[in-house]
Amino acid sequence: MSTAAETTAGSVRPVSRSVRLRRNPLGRVLMKVPFWLLILAVAVYALFPFYWALRSAITPDSELFSTPLKYFPSHPTWAHFHDALSSSFFRRALLNSTIVAGSVTLLSLAIGSVAAYALGRFRFRGKSFVLYLMLSMTIFPQIAILGALYTMFSGFHIVGPISFPKLYDTPWALVFSYLIFTLPFTIWVLTSFMRALPGDLEEAAYVDGATPLQVFWKVLLPLIAPGLVTTGLLAFIAAWNEYLYAVSFIQSPSHYTVPVAIVSFTGASGNAFQFPWGTVMAATIVVTLPLILATLVLQRRILAGLTAGAVKG
Amino acid sequence: MSTVATPAPVPRKRRRRTKLQRRQTRLGWLLLAPALAVVAFVAIYPLGKTVYQSFTNQEFLGGLEPTKWVGFANYHQLIHDPTFRDTVVLTIKFTAITVSFEFLLGLIVALVVNSKFRGRGLMRAVMLVPWAIPTVVAAKMWQWMLDDTTGVINDLGIRLHLISHSHAWIADPSTRLAAVSAVDIWKTTPFVALLLLAGLQVIPNDLYEAAAVDGANKLQQFWRITLPLLRPAILVVLIFRTLDALRVFDVFQVLLGYRLGAQTMAVYDQSTITQDGHVGYGAALSVAIFLIISLFVVIYVTFVRVTEE
Repeated sequence: MSTAAETTAGSVRPVSRSVRLRRNPLGRVLMKVPFWLLILAVAVYALFPFYWALRSAITPDSELFSTPLKYFPSHPTWAHFHDALSSSFFRRALLNSTIVAGSVTLLSLAIGSVAAYALGRFRFRGKSFVLYLMLSMTIFPQIAILGALYTMFSGFHIVGPISFPKLYDTPWALVFSYLIFTLPFTIWVLTSFMRALPGDLEEAAYVDGATPLQVFWKVLLPLIAPGLVTTGLLAFIAAWNEYLYAVSFIQSPSHYTVPVAIVSFTGASGNAFQFPWGTVMAATIVVTLPLILATLVLQRRILAGLTAGAVKG
Repeated sequence: MSTVATPAPVPRKRRRRTKLQRRQTRLGWLLLAPALAVVAFVAIYPLGKTVYQSFTNQEFLGGLEPTKWVGFANYHQLIHDPTFRDTVVLTIKFTAITVSFEFLLGLIVALVVNSKFRGRGLMRAVMLVPWAIPTVVAAKMWQWMLDDTTGVINDLGIRLHLISHSHAWIADPSTRLAAVSAVDIWKTTPFVALLLLAGLQVIPNDLYEAAAVDGANKLQQFWRITLPLLRPAILVVLIFRTLDALRVFDVFQVLLGYRLGAQTMAVYDQSTITQDGHVGYGAALSVAIFLIISLFVVIYVTFVRVTEE
């Protein structure tokens, strides 16, 4: 496409050496070589660690820890995957992470879409203040409130018979604290989606006698469904990957989330002398596979959501 | 004043509008209430509590002495704490290394992927993958690749005659910052490239065509068109990456644990609170980190203001 346009332009203007090269079919191929080498380098750089994790996960221990290294396993085995998935410790962590990330995502979407409706479709004083508050929350350093949350989660008295429940070492401590980074982001992105909708549909619904809540539920929410999918996925990934709070607020191994479990993995067949690298690599593959698939399927939407969040900031 | 007929419709109309406006205001705040309650409870209250705690000698689970107000004692200790000073220096070094590498590599990758070629969509999807995986997983994968006896980096280095013998990249104090930075750069560069790519794609193609007609070469086009028009995207990327790098925790904690001399500000603060239980002193560290990060935000914003004038 672009080369065709350039060659026609070139035929009008005096012919330079690069244009002559480009006209020659062999020259055209040769000129592309450095470009494709660069693309290849980028792809290898991004993907090689994944290949190495996969290769290590299917290499039996006898080959894994012997030199010289084999770049392709000669006796591939599922043993490490079996070890990882049969360990109740790791299965518990997968379940815990699913519960935590799922709850955080649903809560953020529910609270966030309602707030985005107000911020995106209504006019009232104080609105821009709330928007800026949410924006400043998105760059809030989580470490700044670690100690306060730490003491809050050991339970405290609010007023009268009401007290804050003891959340320390429960998944709810994580659900609660993860809202600090998922909710403001969700509100910010969904507000931009709400704002982009044309006003006609809403007006038509009001003329037909719909209440604002009906308009929200029946007209606007279906229209921003793509936005909900994108922000929901981003919130899920952020909560699934979080480590600082998970390692600080969770003590018992049966409540570990995936990142904490991966770090403290000893493996089913782990012995004291050799760290179970094969099993850990199998576990990392298991953990990343759903994320990779979701990213590949929804990459356009993720990019749109991320740039909406970043560029407008 | 004297006319009686005309003023009547005006107030009615205005009253209707204000009634509608009032209803919108009320409903708006009602819809915002859950979100504001969450933010108040999850962020604003804890932030206030942190500031308060930083003036006390609160201990977690220690409980030997009752918690009491100690004034600026924690901040006084913080200024004279050599460990804290080391963590600030290490964090800033890490930030400088990773942000500059991620930006330069990311820009190159973005320019390459911006040209039209078959498989560009797939390439962009591939670039999102390192960003999507947990930092902990990335750190574990690289820890294994950097292993001193059976790591693939040492093996490749020896095969390609880049190094003469295996090296303990993470354990050796002289290479560990580079090793940790490499993991961060690997995980984040593709994402930086994607954000810059989004900025590149909104630059209209006519500008390049016009420049080519005027006889500008590719390098001139890059300096005169691409870079100035990419400025907003570049600033956003730099600000976000700097703030992220300054609060780095995961990659250091996983690869180096709580090793002295290898702690970032966030690792030191987290271990002070959760390992040692010094909530009061940890709160003072938190406030200091918050202020340092805010300082960088102010520097960036002033820089943007000044250069825009």
